[in-house]
Amino acid sequence: MSKDFVSVENLSKVYPSASGDVTVFDNVNIGIKKGEFVCIIGHSGCGKSTIMNILAGLDEPTSGSVIMDGKEISGPSLDRGVVFQNYSLLPWLTTLQNVSFGVAARNPSWSKVKVDAHSSHYLDMVGLSAALKKKPSELSGGMRQRVSIARAFATSPKLLLLDEPFGALDALTRGVIQEELLKIWSETQQTVFMITHDVDEAILLADHILLMSNGPNARVAESVKISIARPRNRSEIIEDPAYYKIRNHLVNFLINCPKSTPSSDNTHGNIPLIVDPALIDSAINVEKIKTIDQPSVAAAEIVKKIKN
Amino acid sequence: MTSSINARAALLSLIILFIGLGIWEALNQPPPSTEALTEYELMMGSSDSEARVPPPSAVLGRAWEELSNPFYDAGPNDKGIGIQLAYSLYRVLLGFFGAAVIAIPLGFLIGMSPLMHKALNPFIQVLRPISPLAWMPLALFVIKDSELSAIFVIFICSIWPMLINTAFGVSNVRKDWVNVAKTHELSQLKTAFLVILPAAAPTILTGMRISIGIAWLVIVAAEMLVGGTGIGYYVWNEWNNLDLISVIFSILMIGIIGMLLDMALGVVAKLVAYEE
Repeated sequence: MSKDFVSVENLSKVYPSASGDVTVFDNVNIGIKKGEFVCIIGHSGCGKSTIMNILAGLDEPTSGSVIMDGKEISGPSLDRGVVFQNYSLLPWLTTLQNVSFGVAARNPSWSKVKVDAHSSHYLDMVGLSAALKKKPSELSGGMRQRVSIARAFATSPKLLLLDEPFGALDALTRGVIQEELLKIWSETQQTVFMITHDVDEAILLADHILLMSNGPNARVAESVKISIARPRNRSEIIEDPAYYKIRNHLVNFLINCPKSTPSSDNTHGNIPLIVDPALIDSAINVEKIKTIDQPSVAAAEIVKKIKN
Repeated sequence: MTSSINARAALLSLIILFIGLGIWEALNQPPPSTEALTEYELMMGSSDSEARVPPPSAVLGRAWEELSNPFYDAGPNDKGIGIQLAYSLYRVLLGFFGAAVIAIPLGFLIGMSPLMHKALNPFIQVLRPISPLAWMPLALFVIKDSELSAIFVIFICSIWPMLINTAFGVSNVRKDWVNVAKTHELSQLKTAFLVILPAAAPTILTGMRISIGIAWLVIVAAEMLVGGTGIGYYVWNEWNNLDLISVIFSILMIGIIGMLLDMALGVVAKLVAYEE
């Protein structure tokens, strides 16, 4: 684990409530290496967003710690850039100002000209060079999220946190921005941690996909390795033999909704099980699909994907 | 249709104006006298035994007269309408901006700190409903200057809407925007000026518009009490002179200046408005 750039150790979050404390998640352990793209998937309520807020420094864990680059994190920092689900652009600033205020905060010694040039460069990377002077209200949802992504990348954080960045976008826009994100990521070699609900999106983008079991007492149950070669793109990735093995594995996990039992379930300790579905014998994998309760759901999903 | 709705509204306004003025004019004509006026009747202007509200034609004539020379000064009881209005505006603006200087920073403090909100709220709730004129005797006693007392009364009535709106605007700034400031490591001061102030500015401006409206209402009453100069004093002085034409004319001027004050802040409100 010492090689990990970001290391989440035995994290737990307890919310007090009238009917007793609710442990949303506990014993969460995550390791992210430098330059890795990690996605986290889990059902609503398992505490994904809370984990992200703790990583961003906007929330405090009940116990456990997060260590980044050898130091324990405390409070928000420019070292950790965040792309929020609802874009969170400041509506009274133009596109360029929304990015440049972040760049200026990151580089206080830069001149305004340099800040603006740097900011425009990143807006150019997401194809928004024509909208520098526009206010967020004049932009579509997809364009707003592009500004938000440009703002996060332009400050060159050590860790980039994306909280369901494409959740509110239509499928076409989502696809385009996913590829733009992949392009910027490969150019900048950022370390990225992203929440998503979209299995295909996770496979396209991630090196590892963390699967969370259901809350309360949610845990990171598995770390699924995505061995599909890069660079990836949406049309070619589905032809990779590993694609459906991975996809089936993820969908199986989500449909079966493994319920966590408090700490007694320590069959593999608190460290997530590392799984590489590509290496699983397809016969066993098919068998596994048949044993689950609703294989037709997974099958229907796959058929839908092929039709697309 | 959209271009013609303005034209039609203007036309309708004019029709309503002329009908209203027509009724007013018609209802207040003295009865024609049948015989020669006595000396007393000549002095009173007519043989009418009943006092009547002056007709609009008389008010318009007075308005023309007053507005063609608004700044004359012929002694303490005879100053032009422009001078009287300027005195009132000076007091209102001084009291209003004095209140803004206190209310906006204090509102920020209350909006950002739940502790301060809870601690100061009882005072605000008790002081806010007090009629500003109720402060007048105390102000006169403490300040010992009628001019400054009037300004203090404006100050005290302007402060509450601005204070409450600023606190409300600041405490309701979207959490996401504050989070953006936090993740960009902005200092408290920078967050206040770069994120919270622009985010709350439309709400603050709404408070300022309410305040200036109330201040303009209160100055008339305050000047009736303290006397000397100002549009409120002018109205009361003309009442004592039984010059109803001037009273009606000054009522109109109070309305027009109040509208202009609101419009001016409306322009500022447009500047700081944003669309989400």
